[in-house]
Amino acid sequence: MTTPATLDIRTVEPAPATPSGQSFWTKLGSAFAMFRNGKSIAGLVILGFFVLIAIFADVLAPFSPTAVNHTARFQPPSAEHWLGTTHIGEDVLSQVIHGTRGVIVVGFLAAIIATIIAIAVGVISGYLSGWKSEGLSALTNVFLVIPGLPLIIIVASMFDNPPLWVIAAVLGLIGWAWGARVLRAQTMSLRNRDFIQAARANGEPLRRIITIEMLPNLMALIAASFVGTVTAAILSLTTLSYIGVIPVTTYNWGTILNWASAQGAFQQNQWWWYLPPGLCIAAIGVALSLINFGIDEYVNPRLRSAGERARALRKQGLNANSAVTAVRPVTATSTPTKEDNQ
Amino acid sequence: MTAVQPQLIEPPAEDALEVGTTATAVKGRSRVPWRFLGSRALFYLFTLWAAITINFFLPRMMKGDAVSQYLARNRNVSPEAADALRALLGLDTDKSLFQQYLDYWSHLLRGDLGVSLLHGLRPVSEVISQALPWTLGLVGFATIISFAVGTIGGAVIGWRRGSRLDSLIPITTFLSTIPYFWLGLLAIAVFSVNLGWFPIGKAYGVGMRPEWSAEFIGQVIHHGTLPALTIVIASLGGWMLGMRNMMLTVLDEDYITVAQAKGLPNRTVLWRYAARNAVLPQIQSFALSLGFIVGGTIVMEMVFSYPGIGKLLLDATNAKDYALMQGVFLVITVSVLVANILADVAYAFLDPRTRQTEA
Amino acid sequence: MSVLDFAHVTKIYNVRGAGQMKALDDVSFTLRSGQTIGLVGQSGSGKSTIAKILTQLERPTSGDVLLDGTPIPRRGRPLRRYRQQLRMVFQDPFASLNPYHSIRYHIERPLRLDGVVPAEQIETEVRRLLERVRLDPQSVIDRRPHELSGGQRQRVAIARALASRPRLLVADEPVSMLDVSIRLGVLNLLADLQREEGLGVLYITHDLATARHFSDEIIVLNQGRVVEHGPADDVILNPQDPYTRELRAASPDPEKHFASQSPTGGIR
Repeated sequence: MTTPATLDIRTVEPAPATPSGQSFWTKLGSAFAMFRNGKSIAGLVILGFFVLIAIFADVLAPFSPTAVNHTARFQPPSAEHWLGTTHIGEDVLSQVIHGTRGVIVVGFLAAIIATIIAIAVGVISGYLSGWKSEGLSALTNVFLVIPGLPLIIIVASMFDNPPLWVIAAVLGLIGWAWGARVLRAQTMSLRNRDFIQAARANGEPLRRIITIEMLPNLMALIAASFVGTVTAAILSLTTLSYIGVIPVTTYNWGTILNWASAQGAFQQNQWWWYLPPGLCIAAIGVALSLINFGIDEYVNPRLRSAGERARALRKQGLNANSAVTAVRPVTATSTPTKEDNQ
Repeated sequence: MTAVQPQLIEPPAEDALEVGTTATAVKGRSRVPWRFLGSRALFYLFTLWAAITINFFLPRMMKGDAVSQYLARNRNVSPEAADALRALLGLDTDKSLFQQYLDYWSHLLRGDLGVSLLHGLRPVSEVISQALPWTLGLVGFATIISFAVGTIGGAVIGWRRGSRLDSLIPITTFLSTIPYFWLGLLAIAVFSVNLGWFPIGKAYGVGMRPEWSAEFIGQVIHHGTLPALTIVIASLGGWMLGMRNMMLTVLDEDYITVAQAKGLPNRTVLWRYAARNAVLPQIQSFALSLGFIVGGTIVMEMVFSYPGIGKLLLDATNAKDYALMQGVFLVITVSVLVANILADVAYAFLDPRTRQTEA
Repeated sequence: MSVLDFAHVTKIYNVRGAGQMKALDDVSFTLRSGQTIGLVGQSGSGKSTIAKILTQLERPTSGDVLLDGTPIPRRGRPLRRYRQQLRMVFQDPFASLNPYHSIRYHIERPLRLDGVVPAEQIETEVRRLLERVRLDPQSVIDRRPHELSGGQRQRVAIARALASRPRLLVADEPVSMLDVSIRLGVLNLLADLQREEGLGVLYITHDLATARHFSDEIIVLNQGRVVEHGPADDVILNPQDPYTRELRAASPDPEKHFASQSPTGGIR
């Protein structure tokens, strides 16, 4: 990857177009470079679709989700009810649309809370050394090891009708540990890098070192951790709603499944009721995973190019795993023989 | 319940000082990394203490009336049991908090977790010990299979990078983002209701009593297949992805090229060199995901009405049987800790670097 | 005229599980402005530890480090002033610059932090420094480090080190990670700058040849101890210590005749 440095004295190149500093848009674009590959974009599009639905739920839903209609019970999809009706005639499509809001709000809010805590604990414990660092690390590990779902179940059962933000806060407070651990490891390795030593030797104050020197280098990891936490929060929320620990007065896809299951929809093959909410959860999960894949490949370019290189080799008739490469290019007619591979 | 978490690119760097080649070496003898295990043991003791303390505070954080109402509703409790319940649930407000804490510990160390009101006043420890083997069997079995298949599969996919096998990754990842419970419900809908291949739930047929007969074991297997299969399919993706990513990183290392140049057969290079090194972070993340696995099990047991401790916890929560809730949480936490310890021991023996810092 | 005294410094690290490791054992030398000292030794001999102690990233276990007779301050404004006087050029051109910041930012920071020039003259000063290290300011100033070659990056690192107008420079293997063909260019730049600014330079390296070319005095370190110390030519041409002789023998000498090679060579 290193280009041979043949010219080192005076680099004679024409002056770049922008006179002073990069334009704001260029800087913004390069800050989000991790999102610029195909996988991330696909994921962001799907996610954006759901966010729009959540925002415009009132406008998009044809019926009110609680509109009861006893004449149209258990109906399969029709022109009037695209996704059919429930056991008391409510429109499934409207319920799914309105359910998006709870999922998106709780998911993102929980992830924001968790990520802020993770950054604070992880970066500080990674930069400091000694007992303070070890102490924060032990705290992180404790939260990692103690099983989350049972704890949430017990805590959630203590509230009667928790508002969305309380649910989000509880999920966030339980889910920060993974991100903190990853950030701590990365901060520790960054701390010993020369440019941080140079900044310290220059006399940069600590807060500048952490915010301006280190944080930009951690952005990809923070983004990936955030996305992962959103996924976990959404899964937790829907699972807890399905179980019934979170009261069924709040709307989300999990509660729809709770009703469907309670009314025996699975046994009675009312697929229009139980398939869409589950597929939506899966779809958001896929979108978030795609974004994470994109970030992974940005951070570790080997993942991206490994498959491509191997495929290109294969096209030439070479095996990516063989250590011996023919010196002469392999043509379509000849196959490498033992003498060739000397 | 495994969310797709970001993959760690490099194993976290130990902050031990880089010992130069001219340092005077200290002779070390044992191959058992006592220091490493010792510090881990200390950590786990601390976590255990933290979990027990959290358990202590949980019922005390609940609204005051709820717990005393609970006791008031159930007057058939024997005096000793009532004592235990009061200590566990924080009702002896005449004692100081610290005294309550000590009483709590003394009850725990005697194995007295109170009585379960949901289960006819039987001791909580008895109720839990009946349910625990079912969970351990199902989860242990399914997780081991999932980890093994996922890791081996990931190694092969990583090795054959660029081939059609690569398409398995998005498929299995998609499957792992589907919520456990929905997958389970779908499985029931398709395989039990429609196709009738498997029973709808429970661990064994109605009317059967647990015994060591072939018929009983056959029923257990029959009933357990669908839940186990669901767990395996849902969690496969995570292991496969992690292993494949690590394989790609490891295969770029120079020592792989050297191994191939030495003329070693591909199979040896794949398993003894590449996979052996790539699997180490997998073991670490396995240990860390045990908490998530437990979560998934709880849901699975509810979906399939499987008589394990997950279902026990849910029933207890719905019935507000606080003593049982507390007991189950404790048992779950201790199990996760034990599993973590085992994973750490395995890791310590597999990773020569931990052994070396002892020497 | 500045004088840096490294006096009987010993540095002991405590390694978890391996007892203690002595990185430096009673090391002493004096660095003056206008003079270059070459510090030679193999990996692990303690060279980088000396660099870390000088830049206050580590503290000696025993012994003193004095600048103009006063010990190096521990914190606060005096430490600030000390750091302004002594700057370091790091070994790895790829790692010593923050990939997220432009070249302008890298050179601006020390100017701002140390208040070397008034704010309105900072841009001019940045360009002047780039010119001094023989880079074309216009084409380099807005780039990120990964857009430059290794040699260019190292020149930026030198410019950054010179920004605060230090009197002493510690160069920790400044050319070891550069292509051989451009090493001489960077070293000659350092030599010119040293002469023009009257700097005192501590040139840390494992390469005897460049040490001799570039330094007035040479110190040879082995396992944390000074085994040889004297004027450059004396040490190279007439080494007293067996370790120094081994080092010299290990350097390839194109003028040696093949027939006098030791029999382990395969050329007949």
